[in-house]
Amino acid sequence: MRSVLSGILLATAAAAWALPGAAHAATRDIRVQCYSDGNECPVTRDLATAFMKSHPDIKVTIDEVPYSAILQSLPVQLAAGKGPDIARVTLFGNYSQYFLDLRPYLKDAKFWETAFGPTLDWMRKGPADHGIYGLMTQLTVTAPLVDKTLFEQAKVPLPGPKATWDDWAKAVAKVAKATGTPAGMAWDRSGHRFAGPAISYGARYFDAKGNPAVVDAGFKAMAQRFYHWNLDGTVLKSTWAGQATGYKDAFNEFANGKIVMYYSGSWQLNRLLKLGNAFDWVIAANPCGPAACSGMPGGAAFVAFKETKHPHAVAAFLDFLAQPANYRTFAERTNNIPAELPLQKQALNYTMPAAGKAALAALLHDAATLSPIAYHLQGYRFAGAIFGATADRIGQAIAGSMTLDQAYQRITQDIATALATAKK
Amino acid sequence: MNLLEAPMRLAQKHLRGGRIGWVFVTPNLSVFGLFTFLPIVIDLIYAVTGGNQLFPAQRPYVGTANFQALLACRNYLDPNTCTRDLFWHGIYNTAEFVVLQVGFMVGLSLATALALNRPGRARGFFRAVFFYPVLLSPVVVALIWKWVLQRYGVLNAGLGALGLAPHDWLLNSSTAFFWSVFVSIWAHMGFYTLILLAGLQAIPRDVYEAAAMDATPPWRRFRRVTLPLLMPSLLVVLVLALIRAVQIFDEVYVLTGGGPGTSTTFLVQFIYQTGFAQQVREYGMAAAASLLLAAVLMALTVLQLRVTRPRK
Repeated sequence: MRSVLSGILLATAAAAWALPGAAHAATRDIRVQCYSDGNECPVTRDLATAFMKSHPDIKVTIDEVPYSAILQSLPVQLAAGKGPDIARVTLFGNYSQYFLDLRPYLKDAKFWETAFGPTLDWMRKGPADHGIYGLMTQLTVTAPLVDKTLFEQAKVPLPGPKATWDDWAKAVAKVAKATGTPAGMAWDRSGHRFAGPAISYGARYFDAKGNPAVVDAGFKAMAQRFYHWNLDGTVLKSTWAGQATGYKDAFNEFANGKIVMYYSGSWQLNRLLKLGNAFDWVIAANPCGPAACSGMPGGAAFVAFKETKHPHAVAAFLDFLAQPANYRTFAERTNNIPAELPLQKQALNYTMPAAGKAALAALLHDAATLSPIAYHLQGYRFAGAIFGATADRIGQAIAGSMTLDQAYQRITQDIATALATAKK
Repeated sequence: MNLLEAPMRLAQKHLRGGRIGWVFVTPNLSVFGLFTFLPIVIDLIYAVTGGNQLFPAQRPYVGTANFQALLACRNYLDPNTCTRDLFWHGIYNTAEFVVLQVGFMVGLSLATALALNRPGRARGFFRAVFFYPVLLSPVVVALIWKWVLQRYGVLNAGLGALGLAPHDWLLNSSTAFFWSVFVSIWAHMGFYTLILLAGLQAIPRDVYEAAAMDATPPWRRFRRVTLPLLMPSLLVVLVLALIRAVQIFDEVYVLTGGGPGTSTTFLVQFIYQTGFAQQVREYGMAAAASLLLAAVLMALTVLQLRVTRPRK
């Protein structure tokens, strides 16, 4: 009897010791590298908590990092095989070679095709690629942010929805002069921001065969305008000429009343709302050119990486985020334009003041006027090389380091070098 | 008997002649090999391979193509005619920076060390004042000066209070370059001043007393006594400052971003930009440029070893 009791006690103790270990061994840890424009990571963390309640065998950790880490550190981590399982990224071409195709792991791939069809293409490597690589969490669109208060003080009417970039340049210069504002406008130092206006002035970016052919008459038409606006003070010169390379925004200049109009995009909405009642602002329709009234689309996506040890868990988490109720929560709490097609047609309950709701309506209008060239350019795998060369070389021309004609040659050369390097 | 005695006796017994010396240098050689020689070998591998793959095994061999691309110029005096114009902008800017920064740095460090070596009140306080910037991180230094020099910064506010017009200090090529040199000197001068101060204090007093008995004028005393006896310290300062100036990157990158245009883009920024900040990363090109930079630094190091070698 004693030996039986001892045996039972021993077995119980062994089971008690082994069970937590077994449970621990079954837990699948997935790490998500996330950056926030506003509150995207905290909202994702809340959704992950809800996901873990329904999937107790999966632990999701959200690592919030600055956007610069996504641009600079993540590609190196992935190349070294030390990347996260999922990351929130924007320039998909930078990471596409590491993407995991979620299709085999999704319960209903057709739902994803129906709900996210157009943006799934942006993450693919080409027309023959039918993989599902990630979840587009939001659409963004570039657009002008306008200081309405300064326009009112200057008694200058806001240009209408069909106004051209030339009309806007004249108007903001007039307002700046009347109100003593240092400059009429500023554009983020980014080739992506430049592309919308260039497309509106006829830039096509690709030749008939689909190869990059960036510098054409339309591109030059906008480059010349932008160059002269920088030199005559219509555009704040420091944003593009102030540094040799890289991205720079001008939000602080706009927030501090140093410019009348700021060409940026929908992702600035949360920062604008935080300004409170400092001044009245509006988001205007994208100015027109002879060819279009286009900005540039964009957006961020949670993408999965093939180095993950838990592809099923990764797919399950992204599928959870993609479900309409969860996706709606994310869009409403982050004040973002949804990329999920059925949701775009529904009224979302955004928690923001009237100015924000009006801004979102304007942004949706801007999204509707985007040129097909803009979508094609955004989906191009090496768009980052085009955008980088554009910003750096035009910036250097504005600063006087080279002529505009030399800048055109360098843009073409830089893109060709990047493509040749990538093909080796 | 201590912990090392037994293994050392064993080593002495089995390793005869000079071979015991290798036991002493092995730990240092291992660290040096792992963190200095191995990266140089890896750098060399990257420099002769192309593509944008990270792992050497996946990178195609391209021979000297990266070096040829870097050095291809129609007119070496005009960087805009070079295939890699930013590399040449980096070289010219770095050369100009080295000449100006090292020249002023050594001169000002010497003047400051001479001033701080004189007996006077609050000497310790002023020594600390000149040394404190050395303790700051380069990024902090750059951010402090950016706050001072930007369009709506402290300097322009001061000028405005005096009724003077503000100036875009970091948006004009000449002034941006001047401030890059100035900030670098401000940040590092204390270190070199300290070396020179130590050199000054090592000069025997009796030499000065002999000069005083001969009624040697101050300037002559400086030229004939102080300068020759300070020369070893001065040469160390000169070569260290040269090496540091060739490697300039952090402070200026944060202060100006290499701009306006390319006017403060230095060689190390080109390497960083090419290897790590483009969408298509050219590791091979960055490695080739860094090897060329290493050759310059090696030449300066050899120079340092020669000038600091004790003379018979």
